[in-house]
Amino acid sequence: MSDIILKTEGLTKHYGGVHALEGADFEIRKGEHVAIMGDNGAGKSTFVRQITAVEQRTSGKIWFDGRDVDFAGPLEAREAGIETVFQNLALADALNVPDNLFLGREIFKFKLGPFSILDYKAMRDATLASLEKTGVKIPNVNNPISNMSGGQRQCVAIARTATFHSKLTIMDEPTAALGVQETAQVENIIRTLKEAGEPLILISHNMRQVFDLVDRIVVFRRGRIVANLRKEDTSGEDVVAYITGAKTAPEYADFV
Amino acid sequence: MSSSTHGIGGLKYDPKKRERPPELNVFIALVAIVALFEILGRLIIGDSFLFNTKDRVDTLFNEQRLKIIILQVSIIGIIALGVTQVIISGGIDLSSGSIVGGAAMITTAFAQSAMNEYGMENVKPILGAEWLDLPIIVPLAVGLGVGLLAGIVNGLLIAKFKIPPFIVTLGMMLFMRGVATFVTKGRPISFLQEDYTAIGAGMNPVLIFLGLAVVMHFLLKYTRYGKHTYAIGSNEQAARMSGIKVDRLKVLIYSIAGLLSALAAIVMSSKALTGQAGMGLMYELDAIAMAVIGGTSLAGGRGSILGTCLGALIFGVIISGFTFMRLDAFYQEMAKGIIIVAAVILDQWRAQKQAAKA
Repeated sequence: MSDIILKTEGLTKHYGGVHALEGADFEIRKGEHVAIMGDNGAGKSTFVRQITAVEQRTSGKIWFDGRDVDFAGPLEAREAGIETVFQNLALADALNVPDNLFLGREIFKFKLGPFSILDYKAMRDATLASLEKTGVKIPNVNNPISNMSGGQRQCVAIARTATFHSKLTIMDEPTAALGVQETAQVENIIRTLKEAGEPLILISHNMRQVFDLVDRIVVFRRGRIVANLRKEDTSGEDVVAYITGAKTAPEYADFV
Repeated sequence: MSSSTHGIGGLKYDPKKRERPPELNVFIALVAIVALFEILGRLIIGDSFLFNTKDRVDTLFNEQRLKIIILQVSIIGIIALGVTQVIISGGIDLSSGSIVGGAAMITTAFAQSAMNEYGMENVKPILGAEWLDLPIIVPLAVGLGVGLLAGIVNGLLIAKFKIPPFIVTLGMMLFMRGVATFVTKGRPISFLQEDYTAIGAGMNPVLIFLGLAVVMHFLLKYTRYGKHTYAIGSNEQAARMSGIKVDRLKVLIYSIAGLLSALAAIVMSSKALTGQAGMGLMYELDAIAMAVIGGTSLAGGRGSILGTCLGALIFGVIISGFTFMRLDAFYQEMAKGIIIVAAVILDQWRAQKQAAKA
């Protein structure tokens, strides 16, 4: 139990009459990289939104880092150590790299409510250190990120993880909008996270990427978990069969 | 060296690669407009726009003209400081000019004296004889309170009730203009205390404008308030997901804008020695224009106080330059219109060029 970083039991989310997520039991250990796969609308993003408290769950329990948690909002989840790279990036285009990394948790020279004075140097130094750690190169961190490519922006979003020593990173389709070279760049960063022993939940549609990067694959279908597969014990066709509903793992059969 | 300057995917890292600040373009435009008036002045009317040509005055520049240039834009400039941060946050404020009118009338009603400087008796005080010659702090507090209240109402309606800023501030614009007229049924207010009229005397409006500009520059550039203002204007959803209390921040932004409009009302009425219901009419549009000419993006997220100050100076130079060229006032309005549109076109063109480069 002690090396389980996140565990959910019966996690459920209903939007009115729509059962987007139904009784999800999930766990991830320290240092483990787990992929979540499934068709559009299978409940992957809904699952992530409950863990990160972007939405409030209908029912179910969540343990994070050894304790029962009930985060009031995404900031609380982030402060506890869950860092999320959202599908829509969640970056402010007009701001530069350090501003984006520290958005909502700035370092101050002097605290005075909204008029607290920012410590630009400390934030820039921390940014450069974490970019170095993740191997991200950016023309100039002081330029607004509106001038950066999709890959560079994604790297900025991921570099947040390295900056704040998160206990769990969640990436929601981090390479969906990227080109071949940029995808390789992001995948390399994910490998550095693996080497550093940082746990990761990766949502992806890319079978090659999933088999390249993770230890375990969890398949969602119509709001339920239908398979939990170790990478060595499965194959691409197998996973596709679970995603499309051609197959259901025996331990989950009674749900479907 | 090549291994340390090349990242994954061949992206280069160069700390020396800095962008040209957008304010530089505004400054170049300012210099160009001044130069144009200088050249046209020498060619057409045989006088210098910028330099002193009188033998009996011992200065290099025409200081009188330079003073007037900045004095005539300083009051709208104060409003523009507040409007700038509203636009950066992704909003708009159409009510600033009317808040000037409303705050000017209410403030001057509390700033009346029993007697004017010529010894004439104030026979018909607005609020009654017991409300004359109050301590100076009273009209100031009341005036600032009016601006603050209008700003808070703007902010609450926008943040809590999710009504578009354009509609909310349009409503406030009409409401406050009504308040301005309501106070005296449209009659001007005079017999103002000497303490009060001293506020806007001489070059004080310029000093007040510049002082406030420094404060607002500091707020926007170096505090959490400023950083989050840019953030919500740039990507409100991202700001919310980062844990920024967006609603509370918006109320604060519009409150500060309201306070600045009230300050402009105090300076303006004390300088004019009177409160009038028409004060600040259409100022909201001039203030927005100053911000936009200074590089503030109406889409939100971009702009600066320095840019707005330069935008205000461009305004002042144009008004002064047209007077200097002995051209009618309606040419000024045409020129202002052209410059606003040109500024936005240039800004978009610059942004596109930059996006293509990245």
